[in-house]
Amino acid sequence: MDLTTFWFILITVLWIGYLVLEGFDFGVGMLMAVLAHDDRERRVLLNTIGPVWDANEVWLLVAGGATFAAFPEWYATLFSGFYLPLLLILVALIVRIIGIEFRSKRPDAAWRRRCDVAIVVGSVVPALLWGVALANIVRGVPIDADGEYVGGLLDLLNPYGLLGGLVTLSIFLVHGAFFVGLKTEGPIRERAISLGLRAGLVAGALLTVFVLWTAGRDDSATVWILGALVVGAFALGLLNALAQRDGWAFAGTAVAIGLLVVTLFAALFPDVMVSSLDPAWSLTTTNASSTDYTLRIMSWVAVAFTPIVLLYQGWSYWVFRRRIGVHHIPG
Amino acid sequence: MEVLDLARWQFGITTVYHFFFVPLTIGLSVLVATMQTAWWRTGDERWLRLTKFFGKLFLINFAMGIATGIVQEFQFGMNWSDYSRFVGDIFGAPLAIEGLLAFFLESTFLGLWIFGWDRLRPGVHLACIWIAAAGTVFSAYFILAANSFMQNPVGYTLNAEKGRAELTDFGAVLTNKVLLATFPHQIVGCFMVAGAFVAGVALWHVMRHPDRDADAFRPAFRLGAAVLLVAGLGTMITGDFQGKVMTEVQPMKMAAAEALYDDASPAPFSILTIGTLDGSEEVFKLEIPKLLSFLGTGSFDGEVRGIDSLQAEYEDRFGPGDYRPNVPVTYWTFRAMITAGGLAMAMGALMLWSTRRGRTPSSRWLLRGAVVLPLLPMAANSFGWIFTEMGRQPWVVFGLMPTASGVSPSTSVAEVATSLATFTLLYGTLAVIEVRLLLRYVKAGLPELEPPADPDDADAPLAFAY
Repeated sequence: MDLTTFWFILITVLWIGYLVLEGFDFGVGMLMAVLAHDDRERRVLLNTIGPVWDANEVWLLVAGGATFAAFPEWYATLFSGFYLPLLLILVALIVRIIGIEFRSKRPDAAWRRRCDVAIVVGSVVPALLWGVALANIVRGVPIDADGEYVGGLLDLLNPYGLLGGLVTLSIFLVHGAFFVGLKTEGPIRERAISLGLRAGLVAGALLTVFVLWTAGRDDSATVWILGALVVGAFALGLLNALAQRDGWAFAGTAVAIGLLVVTLFAALFPDVMVSSLDPAWSLTTTNASSTDYTLRIMSWVAVAFTPIVLLYQGWSYWVFRRRIGVHHIPG
Repeated sequence: MEVLDLARWQFGITTVYHFFFVPLTIGLSVLVATMQTAWWRTGDERWLRLTKFFGKLFLINFAMGIATGIVQEFQFGMNWSDYSRFVGDIFGAPLAIEGLLAFFLESTFLGLWIFGWDRLRPGVHLACIWIAAAGTVFSAYFILAANSFMQNPVGYTLNAEKGRAELTDFGAVLTNKVLLATFPHQIVGCFMVAGAFVAGVALWHVMRHPDRDADAFRPAFRLGAAVLLVAGLGTMITGDFQGKVMTEVQPMKMAAAEALYDDASPAPFSILTIGTLDGSEEVFKLEIPKLLSFLGTGSFDGEVRGIDSLQAEYEDRFGPGDYRPNVPVTYWTFRAMITAGGLAMAMGALMLWSTRRGRTPSSRWLLRGAVVLPLLPMAANSFGWIFTEMGRQPWVVFGLMPTASGVSPSTSVAEVATSLATFTLLYGTLAVIEVRLLLRYVKAGLPELEPPADPDDADAPLAFAY
């Protein structure tokens, strides 16, 4: 396997890490609007992700940095082309961080309400837009012979792209609900699982349509098989939630999200940005890549340090493994 | 305005703003870790309360740092896509490594530290803040490696066919002489910020509430002031080294820093000039003979090149064009940096003197000084970076790529104007929130200690919760 393919796989892995991890952060953020009945319950939700959300978001920074380093042309075209959606995502992530970090720093109810709005909006917007962006990368966008994006915002708001957005939005909500089911105890846990199951039916339907559409467009056996596995994993997650097996329910949605990323990137390969104007103008793993020398150095760094990161990040989840309930929230 | 101007303003605003929080994060993480270590070794609860007090201020600051940090990585691609294409083979690697090696360490171990008081053994918990602090320093190294390539490109070759710079020697990028000079200068600069912050806050408490926890704030003040002074000396030593490297690799920047138009040997160091803003015509000037020669070359009679002769040389080398940076900005930010840093050191020394042998000063001026003190090294950091980046103009990568060529061809004025307006408004609002929160927690003083919960009691409240 050549290094460009290796880096395409590595970037896929980084997106899996990001969307599986921050996916439930976004879900928990959205649930702040609907699941919790009072301030204490909202704090229970917030504290399920409190110690880990920041490290989860670093996956995005590393995915972005790795794309810059390994495929500069991809990074340049994608980030300058998807300008306004990325601006919205950035603003959403910023207000969400401020909401999470500063909510409990002041006691007054009005302040906390404003922070709740920041957290909810800051979770909904990126959850939706990442799906729109990923779907459009696979579907193809207007890219000219120089590798420049020549479309506008409206080019991204096509049915396939919008469906992709609804899929990530809804499955992150379910993923977040099952995470809350795994991390809390008492009435809020039961409500989370029940809400996750109801939302799961809608999300499952959207996911199935999206996967069929993706496989139909691509029409390769690999994508059909991967797509079937995505839907299967998601269905298993729902069944386990129904059976009150919290860990397996969460594992189901996590695997489904991970496999969805694999499906999309498999459909994309060997392109990295598809040109809808002329297939010859698409960016590929070879024409968008860095030099072999750079990729070799980056490979050594990635191979040496990724396992260490996984170890200590995993350890932090182990340290905070206890379920929390309203009685754990200090006055 | 064109896309170029808007994109430059956006980079300037978002980066200067982000950099209000970064030096305090780097320096204060180490000082908080030091306080916690003092508690761990002595069992003295004053240090534990100080750890929690400054730890909270640290986290309020850190949250702003991460919130404004993602923009930094994204906007290279959004506003500067041709720059990204040109340098990605070299510039992307330190950015990616910064994320993998530094940001994961910082974020994971800070999470463990913030929430782990009742979940980890004290030694392990203490190690977490030290590891996070180490992460912040790694981060500084890799991002400065990327920046140093822009100041002094090394370890690359130009690929004319692809129209980009390509990496040939990563070791050279990581040992760039500009990096080796800038990294220590930046790190001690961070400690000046953190030292001044701790000293200012602690002295304010000692003077304002002498009967409330003065026995804890007094040693904290002395720690902060000592760090400020030692780090201040460090910035002078490292700054001197950096000046020599700058004279060698970016003589135009040095000439612009001094508004030195003609070659001179020996060259005087200009303290200030009154006349035109860019120092080309003076009514009154104050200068120290031969000092610039010494600072720039290490010899009192060494030659320092002037702006006009460098401009002529660059026209020969790179073709017609204006290769002069904005001289008023470089000249005055360079002076502002030195003044703010020097003033902070003088105030720190004065404050240390006024608290000698257990005295409690009561001067109203000193109390006001305690409020201003933390802002001075922060301003010095900003001025230093504005100087160093503006002094590199008109290049984005010195000698290789003009800034005007780096901007995204596909983004429109409307797009960049929207994002510039959005970030300016958002950051302005956040500044108000941030300052209010910081003042609130500064005024609240040291927290009372809760008795530690039984680690085996599954129903005990969390030691820390959002």
